[in-house]
Amino acid sequence: MLETKNINFYYGNFHALKNISMKIENNTVVAFIGPSGCGKSTFLRLFNRMNDLIPDTRLTGECIINEEDIYQKSIDVTNLRKKVGMVFQKPNPFPKTIFENVAYSLRVDGVKDSRFITQRVEESLKDAALWDEVKDKLKKSAFELSGGQQQRLCIARALAISPSVILMDEPASALDPISTSKIEELIHILKKDYTIVIVTHNMQQAARVSDKTGFFMLGELVEYSDTKKIFMNPEKEETQNYVTGRFG
Amino acid sequence: MKKIPLNVKQNIAFGTFRLLSLLVVAILFWILGFIIYQGAGVINWKFLTTSPSDGMTSGGIFPAIVGTLCLIVGSSIVAFPVGIFSAVYTSEYAGNGNIVKFIRIMTNNLAGIPSIVFGLFGMSLFVNTMGFGDSIIAGSLTLGLLTLPLVIRTTEEALKAIPDSFRSGSLALGASKLQTISRIILPMAFPNIITGLILSIGRISGETAPILFTVAAYFLPHLPHSIYDQVMALPYHLYVISVSGTDLEATRPLAYGTALVLILIVLIINISASFLRKKLQKRHA
Ligand SMILES: Nc1ncnc2c1ncn2[C@@H]1O[C@H](COP(=O)(O)OP(=O)(O)OP(=O)(O)O)[C@@H](O)[C@H]1O
Ligand SMILES: [Mg+2]
Repeated sequence: MLETKNINFYYGNFHALKNISMKIENNTVVAFIGPSGCGKSTFLRLFNRMNDLIPDTRLTGECIINEEDIYQKSIDVTNLRKKVGMVFQKPNPFPKTIFENVAYSLRVDGVKDSRFITQRVEESLKDAALWDEVKDKLKKSAFELSGGQQQRLCIARALAISPSVILMDEPASALDPISTSKIEELIHILKKDYTIVIVTHNMQQAARVSDKTGFFMLGELVEYSDTKKIFMNPEKEETQNYVTGRFG
Repeated sequence: MKKIPLNVKQNIAFGTFRLLSLLVVAILFWILGFIIYQGAGVINWKFLTTSPSDGMTSGGIFPAIVGTLCLIVGSSIVAFPVGIFSAVYTSEYAGNGNIVKFIRIMTNNLAGIPSIVFGLFGMSLFVNTMGFGDSIIAGSLTLGLLTLPLVIRTTEEALKAIPDSFRSGSLALGASKLQTISRIILPMAFPNIITGLILSIGRISGETAPILFTVAAYFLPHLPHSIYDQVMALPYHLYVISVSGTDLEATRPLAYGTALVLILIVLIINISASFLRKKLQKRHA
């Protein structure tokens, strides 16, 4: 389970996240929606500590994954990121072969057993619904794939190390409709085994893929509840305005 | 007054630019053509494989070729690792704090020091204080220092050209910073780093002033036995037979021949390095 308690986050003096508390159950899909610049990506990056890479930032509050505060001193960030995978907005495969892209996380983890690696690569590509398209060209460069295939490769790459959580920051916004619906189907399937947090600007997408939805505005979590409720009958007027397109 | 139409202005501007760039190419070909015309005549197997003789008015330049190759290898061994690693440190690890700014300013200053000053410094430190004497090692260290800023700067630029999305992609998979740099960033930057190294090799092989007091021998008809020996070197030899021979007119063709060999060495290194670069780029694209 993922949980944040009174999270505040600052870029320099800019207060980007304001007192956010939220719980995310295991094996659910949670979508973050909200106008551009409201802090969705910033909040998402808290869970794998990618914000650590940005200089001059500050965090207060607690961020707990499986009963452990991931911002404790004793936490090994590389281990955390093996448990909490991430898929970025723009597909970013490495300039390596398809096989080596998926094997990468295992190799940096120190896995030497090549039978195991081969098996994990195959399983991950199957889980990412890419296996049939690439099984004959695993030795080819990942750059030879289409944008949508590259994004599914990035998902496979994140799955290979067997994380329990997958963070997706607008994973389909750079893709065509067919690739987008493939990614959405994939999210449905992956939900069985993973907890998925996805940021999206596409309201229909949020409604289609997620169990729960959080609506952010100006650094605040305005409303967070079942996706159906957010879209059919939200508590707050801002949410109502946003999901019906009267704002943002 | 009637205004000149925009497209005419544009044509005049770009026409001028084109003319200027053609001029640069023309000058380059002129120099090359001139050297080839003057020097090609003396180049033959004997010229390349024998020592100078008869007070350097005849014979070949073999020891100077070997000397220059030794200095290229030696100063590369000095400058490449130090330069590449310090560039990795400043651009990948150190952030943008005051230390990095200081290192960068110092590197730029290092690049601005005239090469003869490096020669003096090298003589004082490596030849005298460290006691290497006039030797390949003293010359290589001096040339290595000289070319260090160039290696650092081009490596930094090559690293900066790699988009951050590759870094975050790797880190997000649980790779450490060192793994990210060694497995993703450096291999990707390598083709461009090589370009910097080629430039620096070109510079090393042509420098006269830094080797003057640290390694170069006026006349030394045998080959070095160790890194503590002196060597002849092509640029210095060129200087010697151009200004201090007994019969300058007679040795003029030898000078051009020497210049041509120097150019050819740089050219061969450039070509083989760009082959390597292409191969690496293919592997990583
Ligand atoms: N590296 C940074 N340095 C300073 N401010 C930043 C940085 N990244 C984001 N911000 C600011 O923090 C706020 C939240 O940004 P964030 O990227 O989290 O928004 P977002 O909801 O993901 O927006 P979008 O939908 O456009 O992706 C914005 O106002 C942004 O300007
Ligand atoms: Mg965002």
